[in-house]
Amino acid sequence: MQSLLIIVGVGVGVAVIVFMSALLSGLQANLIKRTLSSQAHITLLPPEEIARPQQATDATALRLQKQAQRLRAIDQWQTLRDRLETWPEIAAVSPLAAGPAFAVRGEANKAITVVGIEPERYNRVISLAERLTAGQLRLGAGEVVIGIELARDLGAEVGDKLRLSTADGRSDTLTVTGLFDLGNKGVNARNVYVGLRAAQSLLDLVGGVSSIDLALHDLDLAEQLARRIAGETGLTADSWIKTNAQFVTALTSQRVSSNVIRFFIALSVAFGIASVLVVSVIQRGKEIGILRAMGATQAQMRRIFLLQGGIVGFFGSLLGSALAWSFLMLWQLLARNPDGTPMFVIGVEPGLVALAAGGASLVGILSALLPARRAAQLDPVVAIRG
Amino acid sequence: MAEPDDRVLHLAGIRKSYGSGEVESEILHGIDLTLRRGEFAALIGPSGSGKSTLLNLIGLLDRPTNGQLHIDGEDSGQLDDTGLTRLRGQRIGFVFQHHHLIPAFTAEENVAMPLLVARGRPDAEMFARAGRLLDQVGLADRKQHLANRLSGGQQQRVAIARALVTNPSLVLADEPTGNLDTHSADDVFALLRDFNRRQHTTFLIVTHDPRLAARCDRIVELVDGRIVADRPPPAARDTAG
Repeated sequence: MQSLLIIVGVGVGVAVIVFMSALLSGLQANLIKRTLSSQAHITLLPPEEIARPQQATDATALRLQKQAQRLRAIDQWQTLRDRLETWPEIAAVSPLAAGPAFAVRGEANKAITVVGIEPERYNRVISLAERLTAGQLRLGAGEVVIGIELARDLGAEVGDKLRLSTADGRSDTLTVTGLFDLGNKGVNARNVYVGLRAAQSLLDLVGGVSSIDLALHDLDLAEQLARRIAGETGLTADSWIKTNAQFVTALTSQRVSSNVIRFFIALSVAFGIASVLVVSVIQRGKEIGILRAMGATQAQMRRIFLLQGGIVGFFGSLLGSALAWSFLMLWQLLARNPDGTPMFVIGVEPGLVALAAGGASLVGILSALLPARRAAQLDPVVAIRG
Repeated sequence: MAEPDDRVLHLAGIRKSYGSGEVESEILHGIDLTLRRGEFAALIGPSGSGKSTLLNLIGLLDRPTNGQLHIDGEDSGQLDDTGLTRLRGQRIGFVFQHHHLIPAFTAEENVAMPLLVARGRPDAEMFARAGRLLDQVGLADRKQHLANRLSGGQQQRVAIARALVTNPSLVLADEPTGNLDTHSADDVFALLRDFNRRQHTTFLIVTHDPRLAARCDRIVELVDGRIVADRPPPAARDTAG
């Protein structure tokens, strides 16, 4: 009876831990996914230009004026692209030529960023094709794909003509072949995708690219890898972790606070198991005394109670995992986007369940240490008579 | 019969005191006692005479303050706790006033328990042996009953089977019939006597019941921590049993 109650107790504790972990990892994965839907994991840019004084002696007082950064191309980008593609950590490499321009249609005139891409490569970094709301991702000569915000501002639809012009007077007239929604209003209003060649000639970057976007297999390695690439190529490498520092900090502190909560739940479960076992040692004093009189050693008595603790922990965690699973199913049923699709997909991973079962068994054994010691040290004479 | 080797129990100058310094009080003041193989002895005496203390010492549940205690020739003074536990498990069987069966287990499992404790894991042989002993105590049809579903007399018989399952040299019984009505008490006593006759197991039985004491081979009387009498029963010619 007691064991049953405490198994339920352990179960609730484990359920909360598993549910919380699954919810949190689902939530975080979803947030990261949304954040990275319009961002590369690592962006490579040409090195910053630094003003260098021609003479530097102690006698001359120098005042350096910082240089404005021009739009420049990355040297030898084809070689670099091919080399990066052989790295096992890198999932996709997409060179692009991007720069400022204006989009003009009729009376409307909007400042935009022209992004020249190789659609197939780019699509592996940012899944543009999946995010199209109209038309298709086709960027041949004279074709353009724009965001839904810009389309609304310009009153443009698929098939309409659009003129792009730059500050130094180059311009091109293109046909809209697709509209995208990358889930970010700024990006939807600003980014205008054209073929790499079209962008190169518009931006006066003939044959060159202004940046290279990378997608990685393991998101968490971004910062590390960015540093390595920067070191090897001399380019500036910005990882998503660095460009979203505040966001990443928020995720980390969320994880830390959930760990603290998990720790205290585990602690209270442990105390629950320990207190039940202490009571059971007292209640079973006589039986313990008899077993000792039969020749059971102290070590055997200790093992019995450690085992009990472990079993309580183990079955509690199984119950808890089942509970957590049903909570999660319920959650997915209730938490839905306005369009009826699940807000985000979360599942109970087998690994998490195994970890919870192992952890709870361990906690059970640890919390049985004290009661087990007590049982082992019980004086059989006193126990039998009492 | 009188060779030294058949001494199952040998006590020499056993003293036991509790407390220390000013408040030290001695319960047993030098006990000498020898039980030989096959003896069936009663230990009698008024309450507070030290019977239970002596039984605990003999049962290796407690250590004497002074004196020597040999079980089957083995000097208990030379053993550590683990050694005492092993010797107790192998050589001594206990029957208590309260049966002290484990209620969550069946009669058969309770009887097999000492073997399980000794061997660490269950096997078919130990249950076969437990089953045979239950047959002998007349509970052949109660083997699979839970211990707390049996009557008082039946429980005590299970306890006796449990005490004998390891084939001990010495069985210590503390008021084994104290909780039973006269009829059941007679049955249980007869059972003990029967095992004694057939297997030559040595018994030391603490009892308040002069009627039962009279049916033993030998009566050891303890008063105020000393053995004041050690004799055959007055009516030794009446071999009841």
